Amino acid sequence: MSGLYLMPALGAGMESGIVVEWHVEPGQTVSRGDVIGVVDTEKGAIDIEIWEDAEIAEILAPPGTTVPVGEPLLRLGVAGDRVPDPPESTPSPPSQARRRVSPLARRQAAEKGIDLTQVTGTGPGGAVVMADVEAAEQPAAGPSDAHRQASMRRAIAAAMIRSKREIPHYYLAHTISLESSLRWLEEENLDRPPAKRILLAALYVKAVARSLEEFPDLNGFWENGAFRPGEGVHPGLAISLRGGGLVAPAVHDALTRTLEDLTEGIRDLVQRARAGRLRASEVTDPTITITSLGNRGVDAVFGVIHPPQVAMVGIGTVVERPWAERGMVGSRRTVTLTLSADHRAGDGHGGSLFLAGVARRLQTPEAL
Amino acid sequence: MNEIETRVRAAIRDGFRQIAPEVDVDEVDPEADLREEVDLDSVDAINLMVHFHESLGVEIPESDYGKITTLDAMVGYLTGRLAGQE
Repeated sequence: MSGLYLMPALGAGMESGIVVEWHVEPGQTVSRGDVIGVVDTEKGAIDIEIWEDAEIAEILAPPGTTVPVGEPLLRLGVAGDRVPDPPESTPSPPSQARRRVSPLARRQAAEKGIDLTQVTGTGPGGAVVMADVEAAEQPAAGPSDAHRQASMRRAIAAAMIRSKREIPHYYLAHTISLESSLRWLEEENLDRPPAKRILLAALYVKAVARSLEEFPDLNGFWENGAFRPGEGVHPGLAISLRGGGLVAPAVHDALTRTLEDLTEGIRDLVQRARAGRLRASEVTDPTITITSLGNRGVDAVFGVIHPPQVAMVGIGTVVERPWAERGMVGSRRTVTLTLSADHRAGDGHGGSLFLAGVARRLQTPEAL
Repeated sequence: MNEIETRVRAAIRDGFRQIAPEVDVDEVDPEADLREEVDLDSVDAINLMVHFHESLGVEIPESDYGKITTLDAMVGYLTGRLAGQE
């Protein structure tokens, strides 16, 4: 038994990726979930994982090769099996694939998210050496960065056009007092060292996940004219990149994780997203997206749904407002939550109950 | 520049390299609000706090976040805290 490991589609609109490096070699046994290599995409260098226990039979696309989505990267065998002949459709890699790159240069390029195909080799026989990678890294907005930004922009454009063309969005907004959540956080974080402090973002993610448990028809995908529920609750967190563009990788299993664990996950995710080092599963798994323009100072954000997802939750800036409660007017820190949802998959009634559920849960943060 | 300030500046440079690699600290206006100047968000901020705690041993309480919104303020705050520890 054997199979091919194909270039994964790492987000809507991706057409191809460049193999940066392999962490495996022929004959090596790998387990489901192992990171086996790095692929460069417009979202940065992405660690790709294997989805089955297998033995690596052959590397079909050496580092430097540009491979279209769905084309083979590796040939797999089952540990102990004899490896059958490669299928006829296996394309021979382009000539640039055979160029030589020193291991140090390759690692450096992977760490810096440098596209090796854009690097001129000055080593023996045109090999790319460390100095070449450093030279390529020099200008912050060099050709590689500019190229990545342009292709990320194109991918976002394609996904958003598809969203607005295909998805009949409906929108809801709800402004709530955030005092309970913020006071609880302030108290909770008082005695915690920085690494253990809980982020407000973790409360939002958990409140959304809990409410989705009650309204699962907002957690999943619209595909081939029908709704397919997500397996697990994996909210994608929209993270803007300083160079321009954004990514929305998944916070996996938000429902079952503690606030502390979620905070750690979010911190790690944001740092890796900005450094251009996400994992393939994080890019492909989101079942809903949460976007927060909180630090941009706007009251509310009405998101454009990322197809094939069916919903996006928007979170505005925390604003102090006059607030009437039980016949008294006082001052409260408030936030406006929004929902953009796909009207094909559900109706505003369900959406409003979902959003109210998020709001209700933020009033009792200790129960999250 | 005294020894403490040198350590603080090195820690800040190192922190930005890890957390906001696109930011060239030397190019940042030292008096500008980092949230506006380099788009530092709340997650970046906590990551920086964790970094300062680990690299300098300075634990910055949440209530002090508002005091260190510029590079100059960051240098001043961390230098002061470290000098106080000696």
